[in-house]
Amino acid sequence: MSQGNNGVAIHADNVSRHYQMGAALIRAVDDVSLSVGAGEFLALLGSSGSGKSTLLNLLAGLDRPTAGAIVVRGRNLAEMDTHELARYRSLTVGMVFQAFNLLPRMTLEENVELPLRLAEVDRADRAARVREALEHVHLEKRLAHRPSELSGGEQQRAALARALVNRPTILLADEPTGNLDSATGEEIMLLLKSFNQSMGMTIVMVTHERPLAERFAHRIATVADGKLISVTTKPATECNHENR
Amino acid sequence: MKIGDLTELAVRNLREAILRNSLTTLGVAVGVASLVAMLSLGVGLQQFASQRLANSGLFNAIFVASRYNAGEYERRSRQNQPADSSTPARPLDESARREIAGLPNVNEVYPEIRFMTEIRYNDKPYPTMVAGMPDSARTDGAFDGMQGKFFSGPNADETILQIEFAKELSAQPSALIGKDLVLRYAERQALPAQGASKTASAGNRDESSVGGGFSVVPHEEKLRIVGIISTEPEGGFGAFGRSRVFIPLAVAETLSATQVSDLRDVLNGSSKTSSYASLTARVKSPTQVPQVEAAIKGMGFTTFSLLDTTRNLRLFFTVIDLLLGIFGSLALAVATLGIVNTLVMAILERRREIGVFKALGADDRDIKQLFFAEAGVMGLVGGIGGVALGWLIGKGVTLGTNIYLSRQNLPPVNISAVPLWLALGAIAFAIVVSLAAGLYPASRAAHLNPVEALRYE
Repeated sequence: MSQGNNGVAIHADNVSRHYQMGAALIRAVDDVSLSVGAGEFLALLGSSGSGKSTLLNLLAGLDRPTAGAIVVRGRNLAEMDTHELARYRSLTVGMVFQAFNLLPRMTLEENVELPLRLAEVDRADRAARVREALEHVHLEKRLAHRPSELSGGEQQRAALARALVNRPTILLADEPTGNLDSATGEEIMLLLKSFNQSMGMTIVMVTHERPLAERFAHRIATVADGKLISVTTKPATECNHENR
Repeated sequence: MKIGDLTELAVRNLREAILRNSLTTLGVAVGVASLVAMLSLGVGLQQFASQRLANSGLFNAIFVASRYNAGEYERRSRQNQPADSSTPARPLDESARREIAGLPNVNEVYPEIRFMTEIRYNDKPYPTMVAGMPDSARTDGAFDGMQGKFFSGPNADETILQIEFAKELSAQPSALIGKDLVLRYAERQALPAQGASKTASAGNRDESSVGGGFSVVPHEEKLRIVGIISTEPEGGFGAFGRSRVFIPLAVAETLSATQVSDLRDVLNGSSKTSSYASLTARVKSPTQVPQVEAAIKGMGFTTFSLLDTTRNLRLFFTVIDLLLGIFGSLALAVATLGIVNTLVMAILERRREIGVFKALGADDRDIKQLFFAEAGVMGLVGGIGGVALGWLIGKGVTLGTNIYLSRQNLPPVNISAVPLWLALGAIAFAIVVSLAAGLYPASRAAHLNPVEALRYE
């Protein structure tokens, strides 16, 4: 089983994220406790506005919790300064988004190279790293193309390559198939699954599509109104079957 | 992020909104050009004035006189006391001239020879003052713009007339060039000392003449007019001031014309040798004047130079440069508002991109540095363009001035200069001002909330 037997990759402990909107207090994430094992594929399932993306942003270090702790590799993200959080986002996690978020003015090669620039990787090593990442998503022949010259599936694959290029241990995906048709979405999910299996990468994926979550994730954490409603684990036999 | 990556990304970002960023950069260039043009005119005028004054010989000249001449002789005679100085006073004679000429950084030492004369032209008499001009006056700019030419040699029997005097001789002064005139002057002829034979010949300024006195004999010298000068060399100061006829100094020395100092030498019986009323020592550079002046004072002479006036001139031009710089900077100040506007617009347009950068690991500092780099690149390019534009404006003003001067029959001048310090300083100033302009936008971009930025459509 590829599920996190090697320890806990992420541990969220009573995490809350509240917003004050005028007189109203919005509880986007409310007292959520959750552990994600190293090498686990976890799906955060919920309807629109349930708080799953907010929780993912907290796990990514893009946002800070109002209360609670998020511990990754023994360090609480809530206690990190902005520089440490940036290093965490650069080297520990990779992110993919529903809207791909490739920079339209850059070629594929430059888009994938961007995290390497931010991580101050030597220029001499970058080309090989970019090529390697693009080979993982089968886009090594599209280096010089701009995002507008790619299909939606190719753009999401490029975004995956960009998330992988710094060799993170955790991949956070926010509705990665949300803008794709079902066939292309399947392609992306298979890629995620392969990264999870072949690289032992921990994956937390936000989705509102239960079938997708049930098919690819080891566990499904259901979120509603900012609260964690349930965490269901797929039977081991099913996992093994999927892994084959 | 590394500086190379920052610069690369900054240039790439600037290229993406090429029109807007070019216009902003042009604004910086115009601001810098205004600053450079103003200062180039200030510097150019300063150089022009300094050069003209240096050429006049006033600022690298030390006027040397014997202490006996400066009233001390009278006091000493009255009180029968020596000069109250640690260095004894001594006569300004030929040996002193040689000694001063031998000092380091002294180019030449020449006496003041100026005497009353009567010019005869077309058989009419014209009384005036004659001055001997050293050959160095040929290159020092004092005779720039003259009609005709300078003396063909240091011993040429030639003369240059001051324009007002030339007008007295002829209604068409320029027609005088090439004509001859006669110089009538009082030649000093030596009388033998008591007991000595009367052997001194005309023109021989021998030692015995001083001890024994001299007679004054009218003499004539034929000279050819070679030039007409509109202004007096040395602006009425010192030896050549108030003179209207100029002849080579070597010629003036051989004439043995009677001068005021001759009477003084006769009265001052303590000296057995001929002496000069004053000498002018030309120093290689005005900066060396104080040392040479001190050395001459140490030899027992009084000195005078216009070095303090030079210092005041520098102060004056520094103030002028400062004022010109302030006015020139106004355009640059306006250009900085353009930078602020451009970068704030860029933040709005690239809000989502900033969110992506942060999601991929960019620190607040990286974002700040990126916007700083963009402002800096605009400053650098605008600064370089501005220096070039400012230089062109300066050249244009010089050209226009010279066209006007040529119509007035005046020689051309160079009134603008962009020295290296001004070019580099202007570029550095443009970068600093641009970075200051980028301070607010960069800070604003750095503090964008990445989650909100990623949501931005």
